[in-house]
Amino acid sequence: MKYIDEYRNSEIAKRYIDEIWKVCKGNWVIMEVCGGQTHTIIRFNIDEVLPKNILFVHGPGCPVCVTPLEILDKAIEIASMPNVIFCSFGDMLRVPGTKKDLFAVREEGGDVRVVYSPLDALKIAVKNPDKEVVFFGIGFETTAPANAMAIYQAKKLGIRNFSMLVSHVLVPPVIETILKSPNNRINGFLAAGHVCTVMGYKEYEEIAKKYKVPIVVTGFEPLDILQGVLMVVKQLEEGRYEVENQYSRSVRREGNLEAQKMISEVFEVTDRAWRGIGVIPQSGYKIREPYKEYDAEVKFNLENKSVEEPRECISGLVLQGVKKPYECSAFGSKCTPDHPLGAPMVSSEGVCAAYFNYKFNRVGG
Amino acid sequence: MCLGVPGRVVEIEHGSSPLMGKVDFGGVRREVCLEYVPEVKVGDYVIVHVGFAISRLDEDEAESVFRYLEEMEKISEQLGEKV
Repeated sequence: MKYIDEYRNSEIAKRYIDEIWKVCKGNWVIMEVCGGQTHTIIRFNIDEVLPKNILFVHGPGCPVCVTPLEILDKAIEIASMPNVIFCSFGDMLRVPGTKKDLFAVREEGGDVRVVYSPLDALKIAVKNPDKEVVFFGIGFETTAPANAMAIYQAKKLGIRNFSMLVSHVLVPPVIETILKSPNNRINGFLAAGHVCTVMGYKEYEEIAKKYKVPIVVTGFEPLDILQGVLMVVKQLEEGRYEVENQYSRSVRREGNLEAQKMISEVFEVTDRAWRGIGVIPQSGYKIREPYKEYDAEVKFNLENKSVEEPRECISGLVLQGVKKPYECSAFGSKCTPDHPLGAPMVSSEGVCAAYFNYKFNRVGG
Repeated sequence: MCLGVPGRVVEIEHGSSPLMGKVDFGGVRREVCLEYVPEVKVGDYVIVHVGFAISRLDEDEAESVFRYLEEMEKISEQLGEKV
């Protein structure tokens, strides 16, 4: 497929790897923010073919993984109600809540449907006027324009039986949280290419300057990751700390202005809880007042409950790059993709799933 | 959900609101919202995330991955860098 195959060319990859070996002299810790990037690194063995003095630390860029347990429990509560059609991206169905997951709700008779786009959920609302349709709106900035459009269209078309359970999170605040932490050992970042496609990368310029870390906006194919790593390493070796754009075929500095306009129309920034990390101020989106009737938390009047994570799951430490998945006592034994204890083992972008599937179950490489 | 896939725009439903169209992903065609890439034309490539095109792929910039490698290799050669 065009724009995928050419970025998986093994001959070019080998030349990039050689360049990195030539340029890299110091010991560097690099964090790739996005779960999709983690999967590419692990799947294509990039961490194993690069010099050992480059250590990859995997970031919290998996929206499924950082969705707080309370929101998951609210989703399960709503989905279990009669007369509700609960729509979600496929990944969320197997993520464990306190007692069960959405998949179990479906097995018990709940109308839980996997959709590809939030607009599909809106179509379901139109086709089922006697039901309440709720969409599970999780994601980073990448997904916000799509979710915003669904809410905007619902209001424009006067669709009353539709609402969204929103749990949006933002990348720059969590990067700052990681950089401020006393445990922090990260020297450079591969920023999330699709988040920056929407938002641009102006916000990262201040972070790079303040914390003196190079940040390279990077894509998702093997050559993108390799070029991103080479660009970060060159900056580190030269003592620079700038924002550079590796993924220039998709990302512009100002981002997608149309998408940003729609996000600002429907959402506003708020404090958000991150599963395994805690509350980060001004790190998420909530629905603005003019669209509040589409907010499922308001519509269903759900109380805030206190919840407890299973003690063995160390996903918070893994998502901040402090521990690797295999350092968890439950990894591969009590916790596998078939019976996960936490979100990073379930999600297609989850780091524990990546390690389990690609490192420990490698079939044919 | 940063998973975005490149595809080729094969149809634009002009006048639809929001702007919708069809995108081809290596033979599979899906309906995609094009509202966020209003300048797009049939034949352009876009990155699609959850049924929405979020950017139009710049063909010239797409080559930069290969150009950059060549520049870096030239520099290494001049500096006499060895693996």
